[in-house]
Amino acid sequence: MNPSMRALIGFGIMAVLLAGVGHYQSWNVMLAIFNLCLISAVMALGVNIQWGYAGLFNVGIMGFAALGGVAAMLTSRAPVSTAWAAGGSNLLIAGAVTLGVIAAAWQLSKWRGRAWVKTVAMLIVVLGGYVLIRQFYDPAVLAIEADNPAKSGFLGGLGLPIIFSWAVGGVFAAIIAWLIGKVALGLRSDYLAIATLGISEILIAVMKNEDWLTRGVKNVTGLQRPVPYELNLQESPRFIEWVEWFYAGSLAGLEGATRSQMLRELTVEGSSLFVKLCYGGLFLAVLLIVLILCVLALASPWGRMVRAIRDNEVSAAAMGKNVTRRHLQIFVLGSAVVGIAGAMLTTLDGQFTPGTYQPLRYTFLIWVMVIVGGSGNNLGSVLGAFIIWFVWIEAEPAGNWLMGIATASMEEGDWLRRHLLDSAQHMRFLIMGVIMLVVMRFSPGGILPERTARS
Amino acid sequence: MIDFLNALTLFANFVLIPGLTYGSQLALGALGITLLYGILRFANFAHGDTMAFGTMVTILATWWLQGTGVSIAPLPTALLALPIGVAATAIFALATDRLVYRHYREVKAPPIRLVMASVGVMFVMNGIVRFIIGPNDQSFMDGERFIVKARAFKNATGLNEGLAIKSSQMLTVVMAMVLVALLFWFLNRTRTGKSMRAFSDNEDLALLSGISPQKVVTVTWILAAGLATIAGVLYGLDKSFKPFTYFQLLLPMFAAAIVGGVGHPVGAILGGFVVAFSEVAVTYAYKKFITYLVPVDYAPEGLMQLLSTDYKFAVSFIILVVVLLVRPTGLLKGKVI
Repeated sequence: MNPSMRALIGFGIMAVLLAGVGHYQSWNVMLAIFNLCLISAVMALGVNIQWGYAGLFNVGIMGFAALGGVAAMLTSRAPVSTAWAAGGSNLLIAGAVTLGVIAAAWQLSKWRGRAWVKTVAMLIVVLGGYVLIRQFYDPAVLAIEADNPAKSGFLGGLGLPIIFSWAVGGVFAAIIAWLIGKVALGLRSDYLAIATLGISEILIAVMKNEDWLTRGVKNVTGLQRPVPYELNLQESPRFIEWVEWFYAGSLAGLEGATRSQMLRELTVEGSSLFVKLCYGGLFLAVLLIVLILCVLALASPWGRMVRAIRDNEVSAAAMGKNVTRRHLQIFVLGSAVVGIAGAMLTTLDGQFTPGTYQPLRYTFLIWVMVIVGGSGNNLGSVLGAFIIWFVWIEAEPAGNWLMGIATASMEEGDWLRRHLLDSAQHMRFLIMGVIMLVVMRFSPGGILPERTARS
Repeated sequence: MIDFLNALTLFANFVLIPGLTYGSQLALGALGITLLYGILRFANFAHGDTMAFGTMVTILATWWLQGTGVSIAPLPTALLALPIGVAATAIFALATDRLVYRHYREVKAPPIRLVMASVGVMFVMNGIVRFIIGPNDQSFMDGERFIVKARAFKNATGLNEGLAIKSSQMLTVVMAMVLVALLFWFLNRTRTGKSMRAFSDNEDLALLSGISPQKVVTVTWILAAGLATIAGVLYGLDKSFKPFTYFQLLLPMFAAAIVGGVGHPVGAILGGFVVAFSEVAVTYAYKKFITYLVPVDYAPEGLMQLLSTDYKFAVSFIILVVVLLVRPTGLLKGKVI
């Protein structure tokens, strides 16, 4: 089948499925799924840049998504001036000392001298530096975390509009990816996978435990929004006029108290839909920008070079391509896209909760999206993200429904029945694994395989 | 002198014994990873969930045995249920090999595709475990809990510090030693074991000399599944069983296998202890320990903890990266395929 036709059919089926959810469940549920599909699609594009273009097996997606989340929180939260006053100066000194120690170690590593002298000097610098840093860092952290711990207890952020944080999330992820890439990209593919898996766990551990920065597991809730609040909408006369106009059909023929009651209900529902639509519009804009850039990049000479490196590193290097630099570049770009998506996700949630980041949901699920959709194909990754997120969400009601049928004949208090009904939600892991294995086995290119030059 | 003994007891109680136990558990897990890596040549991401699966079957069998009143007190009942867990896990592993991995071997897919397939298997196993036993903590330790109790030790020696040895800790170390001895006997002395090593060293040459690849692969899966199950059960007896924790054990196990030298069984054991002792030693608070050793005036004020306990993953990871950068073949010379 013609590839564009396949894509069209794929997205067509997806649209029908979403419309079905809207019609049979509710439009609110449908929009909630749709918004997360959009975010997942951006994340999947980031993974596709790394795996599909360059063959880098990065299983640290969770860490970069969480970095985006931190960015959203830090950008939008107002700074806590009392905390800064309590521990800010000590913390800044600790930061400066850290930079100094790193610079000293860096200089020392370039120094040519007796090996053992160098090792001893290095040990002194690093250990001495560590003790020195702790001298300033520990009291700073104690002071900051003691400042109104129930409500704040952290430094706060910059207090900028949260929409900027999406770019900041990309930058955060890019910086960390650069550092990681410098160290880990020389490793073989499966070692790189293990290394990135470890790094993402460490990033999450830092976010959970450095309360002065992120409030840790106490979470930061009530982040500001880039879109209006439902309650404000429900009180705005202009919005009520819109609702009256939009639902004119439902309201026609109703009079007096019934009409105002109906209008009230429609306004509540409409406000929720409107907010989700606003988010959806913003996310769709980001997705389209990223997608267009990705398509252009893949078709450009740069894209050809990157694919050539992926297919045969040795011959690409022989052609004078700098394999290491391109890998680093791709790693940073892909991670930045994931960071943007992570910031969008935290914006949508309205809270930053480091405890909820789990590798199965934030790393491996995104991988399933890319593999099922078609690695190396941008549109495929987007389609994969839609399908997999849809299945991930709908697996639970579907599992419950199936279990309901399967256990219908059992008695009410039967432990097996209760157990089966309780466990239905875990079916989604099983389903994901089976989908991934089946696609890998029988259609290794995914639903929309990579398009190569006509041979 | 008495202070020195106190410090020593403290160290043994909080660093030496936990490190030894955790190291044995990691070593058993890492042995499975390293065997699979040596023979099938891929990093098995589903190994943590294989451990969880085997432990789950063992727990279910334990509950059933407890229900029927069977007991081998003072030993935990789980030991009796262990063979059932090992058998079930081996069958499951062989089934995944037949359904998933064999295809990629036949088409000679690059190792990274096998790794990705193992991610798929990981999802499936994770789903099954969560579906059957749920995502929560399960404790299945019974029988005698302690071999040496802290209070009894204090009374017997007159020291300030107590030394407690849990029976699960003793069991772990003994089991690990027996298993490792058996494994090395098998690899070095039996025909099948020798053919496995030959296969790992040079696949083509091994095939030419008439070694059946199917047999080697089957035995490898059974060994890996058995070791994973036992490691998982011992870990569960020592701490507790939780599917997510087992998934997270993947990283220290990988670290142990790579640090020791991938494909090298002795290396996996060495690596297990290196990782375990670093984790325990770096996250231990040395305040009390140093207070015993130095004159009263110099007693430290802080906890003297290098890293908070929450960063123990960071430890295994940092060791991993340092070894990969400085000595990519691992401490003992392993394979770099």
